[in-house]
Amino acid sequence: MAYNKRVDGRAFNEARDMEAKAGVVKRADGSAMFRIGKTIAIASVFGPRELFPGFLQNPETGILRSNYDMLSFSVNERKRPGPNRRSVEISMVTNNSLLPALDLTKFPNTVVDVFIEIIQADSGTRCAGICAASMALADAGIPMKGLVSAVSVGKVGNMLVVDLNKEEEDYEEGATDIPIAMLSQNKEVTLLQLDGDVTQDDIKELIKIGSEVCEQIHELQVKALKDKYQGELDE
Amino acid sequence: MGNILIKEKDIVVPGEILAESMDYLPGNGTFRDGETIFSMYVGLASISGRIIKVIPLSGRYIPKKGDLVIGKIADITFGGWRVDIGWAFEAGLNMKDATSDFIEKKADLTQYYDFGDVISAEITHVSGSKIIDLTTKGPGLRKLRSGRIIEITPSKVPRIIGKQGSMITLLKEKTGCKIIVGQNGRIWISGESHEKEMLAVDVIKKIEREAHLEGLTDRIKNYLERT
Amino acid sequence: MNNTIKEYLVTLLDKGVRLDNRKLDEYRKPITIEINVSKSAEGSARVRIGDTEVIAGVKLDVGEPFSDSPDKGVLIVGAELLALSSPEFQLGPPDAQTTELARVVDRGIRNSKMIDMNKLCIREGELVWTVFLDIYTINDSGNLLDASALAAVVALKNCVFPKLENDKVKYGEHTKEKLPTTKIPITCTLGKMKNFIIIDPGLEEERFLDSRLTITIGENQHIHAMQKGGEESLKGEDIDEMIKIAMHANKELRKLIP
Repeated sequence: MAYNKRVDGRAFNEARDMEAKAGVVKRADGSAMFRIGKTIAIASVFGPRELFPGFLQNPETGILRSNYDMLSFSVNERKRPGPNRRSVEISMVTNNSLLPALDLTKFPNTVVDVFIEIIQADSGTRCAGICAASMALADAGIPMKGLVSAVSVGKVGNMLVVDLNKEEEDYEEGATDIPIAMLSQNKEVTLLQLDGDVTQDDIKELIKIGSEVCEQIHELQVKALKDKYQGELDE
Repeated sequence: MGNILIKEKDIVVPGEILAESMDYLPGNGTFRDGETIFSMYVGLASISGRIIKVIPLSGRYIPKKGDLVIGKIADITFGGWRVDIGWAFEAGLNMKDATSDFIEKKADLTQYYDFGDVISAEITHVSGSKIIDLTTKGPGLRKLRSGRIIEITPSKVPRIIGKQGSMITLLKEKTGCKIIVGQNGRIWISGESHEKEMLAVDVIKKIEREAHLEGLTDRIKNYLERT
Repeated sequence: MNNTIKEYLVTLLDKGVRLDNRKLDEYRKPITIEINVSKSAEGSARVRIGDTEVIAGVKLDVGEPFSDSPDKGVLIVGAELLALSSPEFQLGPPDAQTTELARVVDRGIRNSKMIDMNKLCIREGELVWTVFLDIYTINDSGNLLDASALAAVVALKNCVFPKLENDKVKYGEHTKEKLPTTKIPITCTLGKMKNFIIIDPGLEEERFLDSRLTITIGENQHIHAMQKGGEESLKGEDIDEMIKIAMHANKELRKLIP
């Protein structure tokens, strides 16, 4: 049966409701929360700080170290605490998605640590994590070329869509999930993964749709960062 | 002149376009790509003549030669001390930069500075990320006894000090406290009473929150008059 | 080893006041409690005491009971001091501080009999409910223990059963039936600095405490758990004083539970 109406009634190029906030963990140097639909991610940044063990230090530049993790109760079937293969891979692609936005050459021998936690998961968690992490890095005052925005695009049945929810991801007749992240300043792609079955033409179209949603996300991220300082005066 | 998209004191974010023109120069906190000048930080845009700068609103302290900092003695080594100044790496304070006294080889350095002591010091040398040298020989540099330390975002320090020290002078007058402001965002406050110290803390935190808003000096003056 | 900052804190305590102007027996304000902060959990809560923030969540599953209690459900309390919540926490397996936190919270819940474990039995000796309570710190601004214990009991109190079909949990489907809880235990931590006793140590104070005592008290004013921490000793009078202060604070905290 063809998929031609989305389970939650959204248009094919419509993302779920989103929310962004900066400065949510006071002890961190920078932090942020990003929500898309029911998926909620928070990210904390510490650094530049000393890097242990010493042999990892790079005398020419600071390094970025990202860690993605899910709270045990963030998913329907409890996730055992601790890293697993999935979170290790996501940590790595997350790191690579943020690096092109940063310039850490001013801080040789140091590390900038990014910690992402998923509080509630309903698909698109790695993208939500990247959106939160990008804001957290800016909130921490790390020099950046631009913000990174991420969303998943894909194919459900034979419909090309943006921001798949869990039901769509699990679609019986097959779904393809393509998380994508872009650097705001020049629209270059910093995260791209694909899991499924699509054609080259599909990809072209999907990157286009994804790019539009990334722009919407970017606007939200910018507003969240500015809102932190727009607060009302005391009197 | 070409296309400038922001005005003085606008809050901008990384990747935000500040100007699209070769007539402007990318100052601190900005970078140029082609003809466009972008911001590198969440910060305040600042234009002086042809130079566009962005002053970051957050970020850890990055040590600079000549800075006055407030440090905590973290370790005692063979020839001196290691001092926590809020940077990724500890700074070093040599015996010879701590006192003009002649210190014997096996002398007990804790007589001068002990673990946990708080000092005001000046950075004499910075090399890479890891080498930061301090001195406590100099006017006003010393061990700070009794008093509290608060921490603010280092980028807001200039507002606490004010133009030619106007803000800090006002604060000291109205609260009757001794206040030493470290460029590393640490501020030491010592007053005759707990209430006076709390007032100083309160006002400093207020300045930190409102640093980027207009009319700060007057607002702080009024606030101090009323309390 | 002298310590300028600690000396300063003590001079303040001598004047009856703390760094943030609190009295010695006063909790930070505000204390906020939210429930249902993670919808996949069967029960969840977020607690903020001042700037300290902790989230706790409960997942229920079915399984075999322990052989020495075939007619009782199983409770497993875990905690993580997330690296996200403080520059001082590392990634890695639970360290002593984390383990202590989980075990102290566990003790309070178990000994107060907050959960009627018999009601968690589905078929004696074969199938019982297992309650997985996981505590995560979100921002460490001192006294994670009290915030964690409070989040834990609120999450449990507002926990519902998932649907059970053919002895298997149907993930993602909740019922309206609540976890059988009563008798809520409340945890209060007190610290000693020189001769002063303070409740709810903040971040700066925690660093300089000589010792601390965590006390978990039930609805009937019985004490269900205690844990002394820190490297210095406590006198008998100190302990009496601390319990007295905790008994009072207890009543106030209890009123805040949704």
